[in-house]
Amino acid sequence: MKFSPKYIRAFTVTEDTEVNVAVLSGKGGTGKTFVSVNLACVVKNSVYIDCDVEEPNGHLFLKPQNVTTEDVCVLLPEADLEKCTGCRKCVDFCMFNALAFVKNKPYKFKEVCHGCGGCKIVCDSRAIYEKAYPVGVIQKGKHKDVTVVSGIMNTGEESGVPIIKKLMDKLGNGVNVIDCPPGSACTVKESIEKADYCIIVAEPTIFGVHNFLMVYELVTLLGKPCGVIINKDDNSDNPMVQLCEKYNIPLLMKIGYREDVAKSNAEGCIASEKYSEVKEIFDGLYRKLLSEVRS
Amino acid sequence: MKKVLVLSGKGGTGKTTVACALIEFSKSRAFADCDVDAPNLHLVCGFEKEPETNEFIGSKKAVIDSKKCTFCGICKSNCRFDAIKADKTKYVIDEYNCEGCGVCRLVCPNGAVTMCDDVAGETMLYKENRVFSTAKLKMGRGNSGKLVTEVKKNLFTNVDLKQNTLAVIDGSPGIGCPVIASSSGIDLALIVAEPSVSGISDMERIVKVLKGFNVRVTLCINKADVSTEQTEKIKAFCENQSIDYLGEIPYDKAVARAVNSGKSIAQTDCAAARAIYKIYERMEEILGVQK
Repeated sequence: MKFSPKYIRAFTVTEDTEVNVAVLSGKGGTGKTFVSVNLACVVKNSVYIDCDVEEPNGHLFLKPQNVTTEDVCVLLPEADLEKCTGCRKCVDFCMFNALAFVKNKPYKFKEVCHGCGGCKIVCDSRAIYEKAYPVGVIQKGKHKDVTVVSGIMNTGEESGVPIIKKLMDKLGNGVNVIDCPPGSACTVKESIEKADYCIIVAEPTIFGVHNFLMVYELVTLLGKPCGVIINKDDNSDNPMVQLCEKYNIPLLMKIGYREDVAKSNAEGCIASEKYSEVKEIFDGLYRKLLSEVRS
Repeated sequence: MKKVLVLSGKGGTGKTTVACALIEFSKSRAFADCDVDAPNLHLVCGFEKEPETNEFIGSKKAVIDSKKCTFCGICKSNCRFDAIKADKTKYVIDEYNCEGCGVCRLVCPNGAVTMCDDVAGETMLYKENRVFSTAKLKMGRGNSGKLVTEVKKNLFTNVDLKQNTLAVIDGSPGIGCPVIASSSGIDLALIVAEPSVSGISDMERIVKVLKGFNVRVTLCINKADVSTEQTEKIKAFCENQSIDYLGEIPYDKAVARAVNSGKSIAQTDCAAARAIYKIYERMEEILGVQK
């Protein structure tokens, strides 16, 4: 696979600058939430935003207090049967086959409707109006001085993208740590849209390497500066290290696998609050992010 | 043919490792990777020859003819997906945001917009004495559900469904459209759970989604010894929810070694492989299949 890293623009970060750091991975389970949560905890007055709306986890560690909840809705079409003339212009227009005429009444397949509003525009008799459908919620609370914002998609919904778009309105004025979903599809793209810097968390297996390349391609295509953290490092020959050298990608740090940290993580503890050595690791990461990054 | 789907909710619990071992133990000749966003199964279920590949057309995407664009902005004000951006004195489509709805084409007074097929990925079909169907979604794309459906179709139209054998499908993390598309028409779902607070939270959500399908739900716990407390919680949950608990797999360094040499752990003699074999035997009893 050939692609060249885009020019990494210089930027200087202080605690008062709005800066959005996205943490993503490609492969699932590499430690995005581990890195995001602990990074947010060492930065004063940071905002932690959980964009893994299908399976949000950050709140399980941060246990936010004084939580407020707001619904996230999408506008989907409804038909006023009295005004509908049965012309079928709406059905013919829809690119997603989300509309059909059943017993001479328009019927909507909610799962495939994108909420584009096109059927409403084509309807000559103004028979189509729109109704708000809830697809999930955004919860906001505090863990010490960290603002915790979590997007949670309702089970059964197909796509978390509308919730992630809303989450991007919740970015604060200081350091925002964005915990992204796994993979490199539309939900990830949406989550890193406003990122100033991307931390790619990789694991030292060929699965990790393979999936890393895909997400690295996405990050560079969108022109985002990035660096790599190798997590669960076991000091063995690491295909990820060679990859970073080959593509000239900054290797921010390696975090060694520790059974006690893994166990404490499994119990929902924040490692940087429990182990001073882990706090030091994340203080070091933050210092790295504060310095200038150049290509 | 009995269709088994390996899921997890949480990423990184070991779906692909377990799926690959099941394929080896059952001598399955029909399998698929429905994690079209980050496919990995092909890295450990080795095939000699190159697969048959085909372009996957996701949806349409809008294209604006700059010669006809008068910069009136009607398209932009009607686009709900923030997919129309100004480029000097013309508007252009952001291909990542465009959902192909066609509203811009509808409202453009100058006929400057056309809808074009968008290649959103690629399907791959390996056909030797075994059939393996997989795919890769292009970065940033939606349509993963549609591509998953294509992967399954490619598998099941190329095998003899009347044979009393196992078809194994490696699923994706999460609970969204690729998981929903994978889950239809499946006989048994095997959830690979991780004994952690995150793993349990994610497992509960995938179980909730699966309840909407007519599929028998089974579960195994991977890296069970990382937390005996969380492992016991999962077992209790299974009993509560009438989920068949098939067994536990210990954390085993041999797994990473095997994976990194492109092998299935079924080809090594290690604690994890032995544990998965027991899980496979229990699954066989439930499904009543033959090798």
